[in-house]
Amino acid sequence: MHRRIIGLESEYGFLFINRGERIFPSERALEYLFQGIMPNSWSRDAFLPNGARIYQDTGSHPEYSTPECDSVRDVVLFDKAGERILSKAAERVDRLLLREGIEGEVHVLKNNTDSAGNSYGCHENYLIDRNVTFWRLSRSLIPFFVTRQIVSGAGGLVRDSEDHVRFVISPRALHIREKISCSTTSSRPIINTRDEPHSDPQKYRRLHIIVGDSNMSEVSDLLKVATTSLVLEVVEAGGISDRLSLEDPIAAIRTISEDPSLSARVRLESGKEMTAIEIQRAYLEACQEYFVREKTEDSVRDILNLWEKILGELSRDDESLGREIDWVIKRRLLERYMKGRHHGLDDPETAMLDYQYHDVDEKRGLYNLLLRQGEVARIASDREIDAAMVSPPRTTRARLRGEHIRAALADHRSFTADWTYMRLNDTPQETFFWMDPFCATEP
Amino acid sequence: MSQRTKHTPKREETSPEPEEKGGEAATERAKKVREEADDILDKIDEVLEKNAAGFVKSFIQKGGE
Repeated sequence: MHRRIIGLESEYGFLFINRGERIFPSERALEYLFQGIMPNSWSRDAFLPNGARIYQDTGSHPEYSTPECDSVRDVVLFDKAGERILSKAAERVDRLLLREGIEGEVHVLKNNTDSAGNSYGCHENYLIDRNVTFWRLSRSLIPFFVTRQIVSGAGGLVRDSEDHVRFVISPRALHIREKISCSTTSSRPIINTRDEPHSDPQKYRRLHIIVGDSNMSEVSDLLKVATTSLVLEVVEAGGISDRLSLEDPIAAIRTISEDPSLSARVRLESGKEMTAIEIQRAYLEACQEYFVREKTEDSVRDILNLWEKILGELSRDDESLGREIDWVIKRRLLERYMKGRHHGLDDPETAMLDYQYHDVDEKRGLYNLLLRQGEVARIASDREIDAAMVSPPRTTRARLRGEHIRAALADHRSFTADWTYMRLNDTPQETFFWMDPFCATEP
Repeated sequence: MSQRTKHTPKREETSPEPEEKGGEAATERAKKVREEADDILDKIDEVLEKNAAGFVKSFIQKGGE
C-alpha cells in the first residue's frame, strides 16, 4: 500500500442541561468548553500541540479535525484522542458550573443526528493524485460507500412523522440525497467535490467523503478508513471500474440502512441484484487480488483479514459482532436494555440510550461503559490514545506543526497556524511553510 | 408535554426469563452472565434515570457542516 495522507473531521453534538433555577446560557457553557482546550481564551479556532484543529462550527457545536496521518491506525488513535480532549474539557466545564452554583452538566456526543432530524457530519479526507480522472474514481467508489455502512454504520433510532420508531444501520445514510455535489447541508452527497488539498494543487487533490457515520467502535472506525484506502488504491490503479455500479445508489443506501437483517438486495446497472455483504465481498476480493499481486505488507494483510472476518460474521449474524461493529454493539445494547427494563423502542429512556451511547464522557457515555467492562474489541490502547492527545503523528508534517505549537505555548509566544504554515506573531514574524504533508522534517 | 404521557415506561413484576437447566457449572456461568448484565443495566439506569424525555427533546443542534 502506498503512503497516503488521511484525516477525519468530526462534528460533535453539544447539549447543556440546566437542572437548577438559575438561568445560564448554553453558549456560555460552550465557551467554557473551548476555554479548556484553546491556548487563547478568546479563540474559537485553534491548532493543538498534537497537530489537530478544533473549532466552533456554525450551529454552536465543536468540530475536531485529526492531524494529517499516513497510517490508518494513526487515524483511529487521533480520532479517539479528539474524543478524549473533549471529554476532559467537558469534565472541566462541569466543575466550573458546580463552583458557580449552577446545577447542570454538558454533554458532548460523537454522533450525527439530533432529535429534530438535523444531521452533522463525520468528513473523511483522502489525498489523491491530481491526475486521476475524478468521475471514473467516483463512479467506481460509490457502490463501496453505499454498502460500507454494514461495517462502519453507527446504528441509531429514527422516529417517523407518525411517531413510529425504528432502528437503522446508518442514521447518516438517510440524510444523503445525491451521489456527488458541492453541497454539505442542503442536498448532501456521498462524495463532496470540495477540493482543498492543503498541499501542491498541481500534484494532489482532496477526496472529501461525507457519507460516513462517526464511530465509537475502534474496529468500525479502523475499517471505515482502512477499507476505503485499500479500495481507493485499487481504483487508482485502474481496477474495479464500474462493474458494481448501482441503478439507484441513493435508494440503495436507504434500503441497506433500513435493513439490519442484511438480506435486502439492491439492483445494479447490469440488472443483477446483490446484498450489501455481496457487494462488499466483491470489493474485498478485488483488493485481495490486487494486494497479493503487489506482495502485501503485513499491515495490509491484517486489514484484509479483519475485513473478511467481519463480512463472514455479518453473513451469519455472529455473536462476536456485538463486541466489534458499532451498529451491532448498539443494537444489542438497546435490546438488552429494553428486555431487562421492559421498555419499547418508542420510550424516552430508549431514545436517551441511543444518544448516550455516543457521549464522550468516560462515566456517562454508554459505549465507554461497555469499554470499561471489557465488552468491546479494541484497536488502540489507552496509553497510545493519551499520547495522541498531546503528541503529533511522527511521520507527517503534523509533527512539525505540533512541535512548533508546543514550543510557542511554552514560551508564551502568540502564533497563527494553518494546515500549510505557521507564523510567530512577535517581530520578526518568523514564518514556517510546510506545503508537503508527507514531509516530517524541517525543509 | 402531552407527548410525555404517551411514553410511560412499561415495567412489569414478573420475569420472563426461564430458569436454566443443566449442570452446576452451566448454571453458575449463566448466573454470572446475568449478574454482569444486570450490573450494566443498573449502570445504564444511573445515566438515564433523570428526565429522559426532557433530555431527548432538548437535544437539538442548529446545523453545521
